[in-house]
Formats: sequence, structure tokens, C-alpha cells
Amino acid sequence: MNRLTVKLEKRLTPSPVMAFIIPFISVILALLLGAIFLSLTGQKPLDVYATMFGETLGSKYGLTETMVKAIPLMLTSLGVSLAFKMQLWNIGAEGQLYMGAFGASWLPLTFPTLPIYLMLPGMILLGMAAGGLWALLTALPRAIWKVNEIITSLMLNYVAILWVDYLVYGPWKDPKGSNFPLSAPFPDAARLPGLGNSRIHAGLIFAVLLAIILAVVFKYSRWGYSIKVIGSSERAASYAGMNIKRNIFWVMFISGAISGLAGMAEVSGIIGKLQHGLSPGYGYTAIIVAWLSKLNPLTIIIVSVLFGALQVGGYSVQLMGVPAAVATMLQGAILFFVLGGDILTNYRVILASRKGEEVRH
Amino acid sequence: MLLESWFCTEILEENGIKEEESLGMRLKHKWTVLVTLLVSLLLIISGCGTKTAETKSQQPEASKEKIKVAFVYVGPVGDAGWSASHDEGRKYMVEKMPNVETSIVESVPEGADAERVITQLAEKGNKIIFTTSFGYMDPTINVAKKFPDVVFMHCSGYKTADNVGTYFGRMYQPRYLTGIVAGKQTKTNLIGYVAAFPTPEVVRGINAFTLGVRSVNPEAKVKVVWTNTWYDPVAEKDAGKSLLAAGADVLAQHQDTPGPMQAAQDAGKFGVGYDSDMSKMAPKAVLTSAVWNWGPFYVKTVKAVQDKTWKNDQYWGPMSDGIVDVSSFGPMVSEDTKKLVAESKAKILAKQWDVFTGPIKNQAGEVKVPAGQVMPDKDMLQFNWFVQGVDGTIPKS
Repeated sequence: MNRLTVKLEKRLTPSPVMAFIIPFISVILALLLGAIFLSLTGQKPLDVYATMFGETLGSKYGLTETMVKAIPLMLTSLGVSLAFKMQLWNIGAEGQLYMGAFGASWLPLTFPTLPIYLMLPGMILLGMAAGGLWALLTALPRAIWKVNEIITSLMLNYVAILWVDYLVYGPWKDPKGSNFPLSAPFPDAARLPGLGNSRIHAGLIFAVLLAIILAVVFKYSRWGYSIKVIGSSERAASYAGMNIKRNIFWVMFISGAISGLAGMAEVSGIIGKLQHGLSPGYGYTAIIVAWLSKLNPLTIIIVSVLFGALQVGGYSVQLMGVPAAVATMLQGAILFFVLGGDILTNYRVILASRKGEEVRH
Repeated sequence: MLLESWFCTEILEENGIKEEESLGMRLKHKWTVLVTLLVSLLLIISGCGTKTAETKSQQPEASKEKIKVAFVYVGPVGDAGWSASHDEGRKYMVEKMPNVETSIVESVPEGADAERVITQLAEKGNKIIFTTSFGYMDPTINVAKKFPDVVFMHCSGYKTADNVGTYFGRMYQPRYLTGIVAGKQTKTNLIGYVAAFPTPEVVRGINAFTLGVRSVNPEAKVKVVWTNTWYDPVAEKDAGKSLLAAGADVLAQHQDTPGPMQAAQDAGKFGVGYDSDMSKMAPKAVLTSAVWNWGPFYVKTVKAVQDKTWKNDQYWGPMSDGIVDVSSFGPMVSEDTKKLVAESKAKILAKQWDVFTGPIKNQAGEVKVPAGQVMPDKDMLQFNWFVQGVDGTIPKS
């Protein structure tokens, strides 16, 4: 009896036309699927989509808020992409973000009278150092005993979040805050300057600069090359005389420092104090953004903006009576189809019978 | 070679190096990495919990006199807890006031998102915006500056402005009454309390509950476990299980899901619900619940804004206003207990007596409120110590 099996075969050269068309088809299919869900819950799909995109990318306020949401995504995605390049699966960006927020907050809370030219650079340095050192806690056991970095970096996220909780519920609680879990507000000197009267802050400049620097490093520098080689094969890299341990330390430190900068930018640019629930999971979304961007720093900037829009739009459509759960589902559907489409760009489906006859499609 | 093949091929080809050495080993290693990554992602996702969708009634024909009122919720309206209780209040208002049009935004995190959501609601022409979580305090104040013609009502905070008032209820009063029920019910003299975060509100609730327990059962202790989350069905249920394992036979909770009540029911033990009447979710366990009843207050506030009599007060409503109450009792509650509750309730409603009347001792046995004195509101709002009989700690500042 012949049994058909489905097999995926890598396309030798992904067709350039398809590479261009498939993402569009994917998004359209996702929107169609979403439309079915929306009609089932009694909504008008077209109106919902118009709101979703109109209020995020189509209005001035929506656009600035999309950017506000995109900044921490850009920074954390850039952070994890550096580690992913070396096949170091740092999924601790969330914790590194929190530690960065912690490091940065220490300065204004301890020395609130520092002038701005000492305060902001100091906060940036401390935030990055704290995020980087936190990532080293993952890098050390990985480099020395080959401890799985996925587990350690993930678990350290919970530790970092609880550490910030401990501070705002305990020692760093604002003495004038009626025992509520917020730190004292930062002085003005500790606030990143913003763009006009929007909430976009200097974190955007950090993100774009870092993306350019990383793009140059990956493309032109020896170090960028060795990261890629180590990622491809540690053994080959060590034959070539590359110091793998040292690179694990540096890559994780810088990866964590960039996510730490995201935390600094969030407390200094947006919230103005340390508090519980700083990040609604930017560090986790960063993994998806980095992956979708194929670890290309400049693509990360664009994909982060799209993700920011998707998340902001999810709240906007609630005003039309779309429940949060349906908005989240819609975001999931779009992701699913884009990722699925990506596979079809690079692979073709082959139906093969057991006997080895192939039916090509 | 099914689906596995392409995944491995992809990774190998991405590496760009055709390797002869130990290909099998390498594939195996890659798989470990991928599987671990997937499992980790699952862990993250499962932490988000499930969200229940609910179709909201819409009023398409908005007449000109209609006043637009908006609500911002920290959890999903289907949480059967905090956000659900506010949404019940909203529905009550819509029923009583046909000229009101409401919108809601649910599951809004307390970080950067809140300010945008509140701004958008104000831009959409809402005249009254209720922000129903403590973490919305500064975002509410910030947005209020930009929209002086909009009235903002922030639940459970302490900051006001010309167009920002605050509102809350004296939940400690029903908490005390439910404590009486739990104190009478326990056989092991250990009552578990699943609590979210050590905020003054939660600490006050634990203290009031414990005073209620010890008023009828001076031997009993209340053991507190912090979950560090307001809304996490799994974590809350697990915390409940751990308290049951430690010997508790009644569970109370300051959480937004019925998880601890379900844990009590699964173990054949009892529980005291919170936010809304939780007997629907765990009928065999729930003795009673300390409940919020926001509807009448929402009606009153919207009317005041319409009549232009609204003031930026800090409303802290007592049980006699009906904003907080105890729900009906389960069949396992004895008549004797019901009578005790009714007696205390009558005293509180008549304002003859309140919960934090001295003498009240802290955990170390020191008298904090002398006999005959009543704790002032200011101190109650900043509660950061436990009364005698609580087994638990609050982070030191």
C-alpha cells in the first residue's frame, strides 16, 4: 500500500518574486481569518481593521504612541539578535531590561540633585552595566560548564522582576507615597528629553544608532565575522584560533547591556520612576521580532514599529467592542501566517509515496 | 524524514558550513536547543492565562444628549474578580441610565500603555473616565492635565486634581465579617490567605479579616502567602494548594480569580471569596464572599457630573453606602455563625463601632491602637504592619 507523506524540501534559490509576494499574501490571509473571527463575534471586520491601522499608523498621535511602544522592542530585539547571531539563546531580555531599569534608577533615587550632564550619562552607564552584568550570570556557567543558557536566562527573568518588585514594595518605596509600591518620582534632570509634546524620547536615537553600529559590525568587522563563525560551529571557530569563552562573555554582556538600555529608557523616558509592571513582556516579544527580522539590525527597527502598531491597535479596537482576547488572537493569526509564509518562501512542499515516487507541486 | 528534516536542514544551511564531523550528534544537539526553546516559550505563554471573551452590547444610535462614559480595566472583564465587579457596575449603570453610552478597554497594563489608552478615551469624546487600578494613578493625573473638561475618577489611589477624584470602598468592613465566618468554620485553627501584593489595601484587608477571625476564635492564626500577581489563575490556585498542604482548612484571598476557592473545593475544604460572589465557581467550598457593588456609585457619579454638582472628592465608601458587602452564605454555614455576623454587621452599619477600634496589637504584641480609640483613616490608608494572629511578613522599607 502506498502511503503519501508530506515533505518539505529547501528551495535552492528562493524565487525573488515569491519572496516579495508571500509576505503580502500571508498578511491578507491572516486578516481574512481574523475577519471570520470578528464576524463570528458580531463585529464589522473592515471597520475594525480601519481602526486598527488608522489609529496606529494613520494619525499623528497614534504614530507617536506606536513609536513609544516600538522603542523598547527595538532595543531588546537588537540585544537578543546579537546573542542569537552566535547561537547563544539569550531569552533573558525581559530580566535584563528590568535590571537596566534598576541600575538606572539607583542614581536619581540616591543622588537626586545631580546636574543633567552627569545624571543622564550616569543612568545610561549604570543601566547598561546592570543589564550586562545580569546577562553575565548566564554567560559564566554557559562558557565554563556549558550550562544551557536558555534555562538560566529565562529563570533569571523572574528573579529580576521580583527584585524590582522587592525594591518598590520595600527599601525604594517613596516615603511620601502612603506606602504604595512606587519609587519616588525622578527629578527632571533624570528624564530623557522628548520630541515635541509627544512621548517619543531619546531612546529612539539610541535604538537607531545601535542598529547602524550593529549592522556595520556584522558586515565589516572581524569581531562580527567571528561571532557568525562561532555561531555556525564552535569547533571550527576554535580550530581557527577564536577564543570562544571570551566571545560568550562579551556577546552576552553587550546583549544584556542593550536590553538594560531599554529598561533605562523606559523608566527615564516614559515612566519617571521605578514601579512594578514596567514591561508588558517586551523582552519576550523581542525574540519574535529578532527572528522575523532574520537578525538583521535594520530590519529589526522596521519590524519593531509594525509590532508596536499591532499592539497599540489591539487596544484601539477594543473601543469598538472587540474584546482584548480577540485583539490578541488577531495579532497571533498575523504572526502565524507571516511565519508560515516565510517557510513557503524557502521550501517547497513535496508529496511523496512510500515507494519513493514523488508528486511535485 | 518528515517535517523534522527541513527544520534541521534549515539550521545547518543557515550555518553556512557543510559539516562532515559528527552530523548526527550535531542534529541531536540542535534538537535539544529547539525543544528547550519551545518549552520555555510555552512556559511564558502559559503564564498569561486564559482570557474569556464577552460580546458587549452596543448602542449604535447615540443621540445628542447621550453622555459618553469610559472604563479602563487592568484585567479581562471575564476575570470573575476585580475587573468583572467593575463591569457589573457599568452594566448596572447602563440599565439605570438609558442616556449613557459606555466603552471599555480591558487588560491594560499599568506601565506605558495606560497613558495612551486613557488619552484615546478622552479624545473620543468621553466625558467621564473611570480608571480602575492603582497603577493608573499617575497616567490618569497626566492625561487629566491635557483634558480639563473631562472628569476622571481613579479607583484606589491618593492623588487628585481639579478634574480628578478618587473612589474606593471600605472593604475592610465586610472582610471582618467574613473573618467571623472563617473563624467559626476552621477546625485546624489555621486559615490560609492568598494575597497579591503587600499594598496598604491588601494589608488592611488581611488585618480586618484576622480581627474578625480572632473575635470568635482567639486560637486561630491567619497564614499569608504572597503571589506577586493580581491576576494569574494558576499561580493563585497553587498558592491555595500550598496553604492547604500547610494545614489550613479555610482559604481567604485577595486575588482577582477564583483559583484559591477552586483549590479549596478540590481538597474538600472551605473558602471565603472576594470581589464578586464566588459560590458559582466553587459551590461546595465558598462560605461567603466579600463583594464590591460599584453600580450605585457609578450611577451617582455620572448623575453628579450631568447636574454639575460633581466635586473632586476622595470618596471612601462605607458598607452602609452599599458599595461593599458580604454575599449570601453557603449551606454549610451554621445559623449561629450567621447570627454573629448579623450582629457585627448591624453595629458597623449603624456606625456604632468600626473594625479598627483599639486595643489592637501588632505581631510583636505591642499595642498600636490603644483601647477605646479608633484608627484614623490616614493611618488605615497607609497600613504597613500586621495585627496579632497573622503569620506572614511585609517587606521592610
